[in-house]
Amino acid sequence: MSEKSEARLSVFKTYKLYVGGKFPRSESGRVYEVTDSKGKWLANAPQSSRKDARDAVVAARKAFGGWSGATAYNRGQVLYRVAEMLEGRKDQFVREVADAEGLSKSKAAAVVDATIDRWVWYAGWTDKITQVIGGANPVAGPFFNLSSPEPTGVVAVLAPQESSFLGLVSVVAPVIATGNTAVVIASEKAPLPALSLGEVLATSDVPGGVVNVLSGRTAELAAPLAAHQDVNAIDLAGADEELAKELEIAAADNLKRVLRPQAVDYSETPGTDRMTAFLETKTVWHPTGSLGASGSSY
Amino acid sequence: MASAFEYAPAPESRSVVDIAPSYGLFIDGEFTDAADGKVFKTISPSTEEVLSEVAQAGAEDVDRAVKAARKAFEKWSALPGSERAKYLFRIARIIQERSRELAVLETLDNGKPIKETRDADLPLVAAHFFYYAGWADKLDHAGFGADPRPLGVAGQVIPWNFPLLMLAWKIAPALATGNTVVLKPAETTPLSALFFADICRQAGLPRGVVNILPGYGDTGASLVAHPDVDKVAFTGSTAVGKEIARTVAGTRKKLTLELGGKGANIVFDDAPIDQAVEGIVTGIFFNQGQVCCAGSRLLVQESIQDELLDSLKRRLSTLRLGDPLDKNTDIGAINSAEQLARITALTEQGEAEGAERWSPACELPSSGYWFAPTLFTNVTQAHTIARDEIFGPVLSVLTFRTPDEAVAKANNTQYGLSAGIWTEKGSRILAVANKLRAGVVWSNTFNKFDPTSPFGGYKESGFGREGGRHGLEAYLDV
Repeated sequence: MSEKSEARLSVFKTYKLYVGGKFPRSESGRVYEVTDSKGKWLANAPQSSRKDARDAVVAARKAFGGWSGATAYNRGQVLYRVAEMLEGRKDQFVREVADAEGLSKSKAAAVVDATIDRWVWYAGWTDKITQVIGGANPVAGPFFNLSSPEPTGVVAVLAPQESSFLGLVSVVAPVIATGNTAVVIASEKAPLPALSLGEVLATSDVPGGVVNVLSGRTAELAAPLAAHQDVNAIDLAGADEELAKELEIAAADNLKRVLRPQAVDYSETPGTDRMTAFLETKTVWHPTGSLGASGSSY
Repeated sequence: MASAFEYAPAPESRSVVDIAPSYGLFIDGEFTDAADGKVFKTISPSTEEVLSEVAQAGAEDVDRAVKAARKAFEKWSALPGSERAKYLFRIARIIQERSRELAVLETLDNGKPIKETRDADLPLVAAHFFYYAGWADKLDHAGFGADPRPLGVAGQVIPWNFPLLMLAWKIAPALATGNTVVLKPAETTPLSALFFADICRQAGLPRGVVNILPGYGDTGASLVAHPDVDKVAFTGSTAVGKEIARTVAGTRKKLTLELGGKGANIVFDDAPIDQAVEGIVTGIFFNQGQVCCAGSRLLVQESIQDELLDSLKRRLSTLRLGDPLDKNTDIGAINSAEQLARITALTEQGEAEGAERWSPACELPSSGYWFAPTLFTNVTQAHTIARDEIFGPVLSVLTFRTPDEAVAKANNTQYGLSAGIWTEKGSRILAVANKLRAGVVWSNTFNKFDPTSPFGGYKESGFGREGGRHGLEAYLDV
């Protein structure tokens, strides 16, 4: 590198949505300015529309059969692969998280480490949650039955507004670990780590459509998702009190499962709540052929 | 249809149950009148005889009951689990002791056959209290953390199809986990809940732990909306469930809903026909079909349709409809004139839309609310009778050719509560059960219940599970 040359002009990235395994711009053609914590311009993020949200639901529904039907072992490996890919792109995320949340480089690095570890934590859950929350039930009669958890379907996720990366992953990973597919609305103010996560997911064996990432105005995008008849559940983590109430009312139309916003310290090891919130329990009965204590049988 | 072996009537004696001419609300351990003095009559659906006059709770009474429950919550939740357990065991035992009395009462007030109250409802009611009693001192082993806490006051609204059983499903886990309850039974079947209040007194249950408020929908609405209720549990129609979900939106109230269903009972060509026919009968004619998880859509493989339907029609011709207190009665009365009107309207619509209606020769009693067992053939998925919950003894028959088609048709509904599979092939049972979007799947059996087994729906059949370890979650702060 010659000392005389001008400082090199860097190449900006056009941030795009991640829908159905592809990177579209918003159908609306709109963007909005994303700034760092000090107000410095960072990028123009797509400002998704109602149509983008609907497209994302279609993609998530299409992906549901394959993803929920995959073995838990397979889902675990795919999730672990996400952690591997994140590890390799750590520097990028440290920079984006530092900008988004106004953290020092070392603090941002700690957040990114915790985020990667969270993926690993959930990767290990995929083939254990059934054993922990399912069960064999000792019925009083000549039957046996088994209760097993099953994913509820397409889950709309309002990512937390403040924790742009650790919070995001903490709400997305449990949804897909259990076999659901997700339509995620990134933090409105700090969407860039979420949009970059889409690039990681695209290269991590996560099938297209399993996670769909939208950026834009949370309230504008959440309304059609909460009212959408083909969305089975909604996580209101990123909604304020007023919006949450409005969305919960809309969600009643098809009796979506609703996870209300709550105070969460994302640095703590999570419990299983975020997984069980989006699981159904199916109880399957079958006769055993034994007719009781008399000893007679089939 | 006279025959040499005609049954003689064998009515169960009513003398085991003493129904008072009037009942109050049960608040804070006392029977009391409604604040505004309102009362309503409860009648026997099989005879239209007035059984009793019952106080009708209004908003003021709801407030009083919630306050009593709140006050009782402090001490009740602070009791060691082992002590709460003993109260619940006492209740279970008293229910067993008084089970004949309660069975007759339930049959009188609901119209269902004594055979069912005696052999299904009451044993299950006692079993639920017995099962959850055992959880009360083992909650730290239930998988919800080391010290799961109760929520507080539970507002519970239950339907008329299994009055005492639904009460048990709601009250047993609530009390075991340390909550106190205000329960509203349905307006057509308040009596067994009021008898339960007396059982609570016999068991020495502290005042205010259980409060019973008979009333109509507006009573339930005030209870659900009461600001000091921490938990709402509802079993009933999907429309009301959605309304409740809107009411509790934006509050801290925890909500579980057990709503409607349109269960598919799938019969494959290799199924044992006789057993399947029995299962179809149990699936849709148990409790006059007034069951949210009824197998109201029969999906039969095309190749055995004729054989199965012939067999089914023969079997339906042997069902005995009539006096519910007769222990040989298979089909009792429809619960109310309103429900009968709904069933009648929906079946008329079925005919108008082109489905073919069939009922066995069946003489209906001259008083009371009755509906003959009915099946519809030539039904398509678009027909109202294949989509809407009828909640009566009406079976809609559809056909399919392949397992995939069976699954697609079974899942083609807003509901997702129950389903049945009849086949001798084990791998087919597992494959189909896996693909069905329903909370309970019965294979080679139907309509079986047990307190250890989680029950509840997918999709618009509601959320949350009742029964088993899972049933505890609805009443814990987790």
